[in-house]
Amino acid sequence: MTIFIIQLLNSFFYAAVLFLIAAGLSLIYGVMRIVNLAHGTLYALGAYVSAWVVGGAVGHAASGTLGLAGLLLLLPVGAVAIAVVGAVIEPTLLRPLYRRPEEYHLLVTFGLLMILEDTMKFLFGGTPLTAGSIMDHMGSIPIGRLLYPTYNLFVIAIGLIAALGLWWFIYRTKFGVILRATSQDRRMAAALGINVSRVYVQAFAIGCFMAGLGGAVVVPAQAAVLGMGIEALILAFVVVVIGGLGSLEGAVAGALIVGLVRTAGIQFFPEIELAVLYLIATAVLLTRPTGLFGRA
Amino acid sequence: MSLAVAKKAAITSTGSSAWRPAVVAIAILLVLAMLPSLVDPYQTVLLTYGLIMAIAALGFNLLLGYTGLLSFGHSAYFGAGAYTVAFIVRDLGAQSMELCIVGGLLGTLLISALFGFVCVRHTRIFFSILTLALSQVLWSLAFKFFWVTGGTDGIRVASAKLTLLGGLVNFAGPGSFQRFVFAYYYYVLGLFALATVIMWVVVHSPFGKALQAIRDKETRANFVGISVRRYRWIAFVISGSFTGLAGVLWVPLNGLTTPDILYWPFSGEIVFMSVLGGFRTFTGPIVGAVVFNYLKTYAVASTEYWQLLLGVVLVVLVLALPSGIVGTAARLAARFTRGTS
Repeated sequence: MTIFIIQLLNSFFYAAVLFLIAAGLSLIYGVMRIVNLAHGTLYALGAYVSAWVVGGAVGHAASGTLGLAGLLLLLPVGAVAIAVVGAVIEPTLLRPLYRRPEEYHLLVTFGLLMILEDTMKFLFGGTPLTAGSIMDHMGSIPIGRLLYPTYNLFVIAIGLIAALGLWWFIYRTKFGVILRATSQDRRMAAALGINVSRVYVQAFAIGCFMAGLGGAVVVPAQAAVLGMGIEALILAFVVVVIGGLGSLEGAVAGALIVGLVRTAGIQFFPEIELAVLYLIATAVLLTRPTGLFGRA
Repeated sequence: MSLAVAKKAAITSTGSSAWRPAVVAIAILLVLAMLPSLVDPYQTVLLTYGLIMAIAALGFNLLLGYTGLLSFGHSAYFGAGAYTVAFIVRDLGAQSMELCIVGGLLGTLLISALFGFVCVRHTRIFFSILTLALSQVLWSLAFKFFWVTGGTDGIRVASAKLTLLGGLVNFAGPGSFQRFVFAYYYYVLGLFALATVIMWVVVHSPFGKALQAIRDKETRANFVGISVRRYRWIAFVISGSFTGLAGVLWVPLNGLTTPDILYWPFSGEIVFMSVLGGFRTFTGPIVGAVVFNYLKTYAVASTEYWQLLLGVVLVVLVLALPSGIVGTAARLAARFTRGTS
């Protein structure tokens, strides 16, 4: 029973991180119809920046005065940094392409992926970075006869808050209305006086912020390593394909499904764990091309 | 080299007579045939890699350029060919390269027929994601079933054990690698020429024209009686088989097959090659593959951050020169000839 609960918590932890990445990917697609192949790499970059900032603070003499709360406040720096990167990328690289076929979107974001991968290698070197001290500081809580890291519960909470916050943001604020209007009909939105270019920059920056946040929350639990983004992108793809590209509910459902299957897979069928995920995505695409929650 | 091919491309796309491309192609083939005696073996090896990737890109472009489907999973067919050869050599102890080709093609045919059947139900972005997802199934299997595939260590395929042309050429004994490089270059060149001719015939056949009709307007193509899905499927299988052949030829030269060639960034590289050369032209992917191979080799040799370099090239290409090397050269040539005559 205890094992079962821990497995369930593990899958929720995993789902929370995946949700953050996939929601950003989905948001960007929903508003701008861009499938951002560099999204996973932005997540990795967020992880690196957060680990670098937190690690730097811990190594510094002032770390005693910072305490756990201070370190936790430093963690989102990665997310903010990625949002800034996104705000630079959208107008320079993506804006010239909106009128071209979507092949070009894939190509340019693939090029961006290559550039960002090496930028990370250049900035942070080949050695993995970690912010494990946060996880150590938070300790663990007893579940049954076993101990479970408190930090994982914290991440699950962040995932929940992010999902609710995003929902509130999209469906309950004025900016959300503008965002949805732009995604429905770009030209009509422009005709109604919405500054579409600015909305696009904002939407892309928010999507990048989500990716960076995913990287930031994951880095105390596991180190930031080169290549982590390429793997994460494909899993985020699986999530949005299952849930439906451009759908928030879909990202939640997809992340939960992938989280549960992956955790069960690692436990019971490690060899075909990844293959099963891809096959689920394929099966969903075949039966419901727009995903479980997608609209055509 | 690339200049010559580019020139040929410029002529093929503007020339009105059907003879001119054939004459130019034969001239280029003769130049290519003389090259190994003029340049050092390292360059021969590089060019062999380039020609092999050209076959892969040629196959890939039947989908992107002629059918309008962007596959982001062509690593699957390259890998299917490569791994089939590795299994044949390791588990059956076969030595004949021809046997490897037949086996590799059958393996690829099977995989691409299965995957294609699934994928051609969708177009646009869903097609791309579906091809990507399916290629990753193969990757994860090759990655995880290490007792079958050797995992990340891959499977070794020693070139010295292979024979070409039904045993006429073998590489046992001293200096085997040099002899292999020399003979294998001509072997690949022959197959490359054959593949190019076949692809040329395919895209200029009624079938190829039907694919282009599907690319330009699916509804109309359907209306004039083309069974769109079946045509797409056949195009998919042909495309996959060409890329599979490239995988087959690649293994002995590389000496090793690893899951890397099944991982999706490798599919991205194949896409890159076609865009670099220009996917709206027949010769574009060929030029793109050869140039990309040089570009990557020299980028890797000269900087640790070669990926960055290639990424910048790709981004600039998409933003500034979307018609690629051949497309741009053809445009310039057209302007030049108009200006003089």
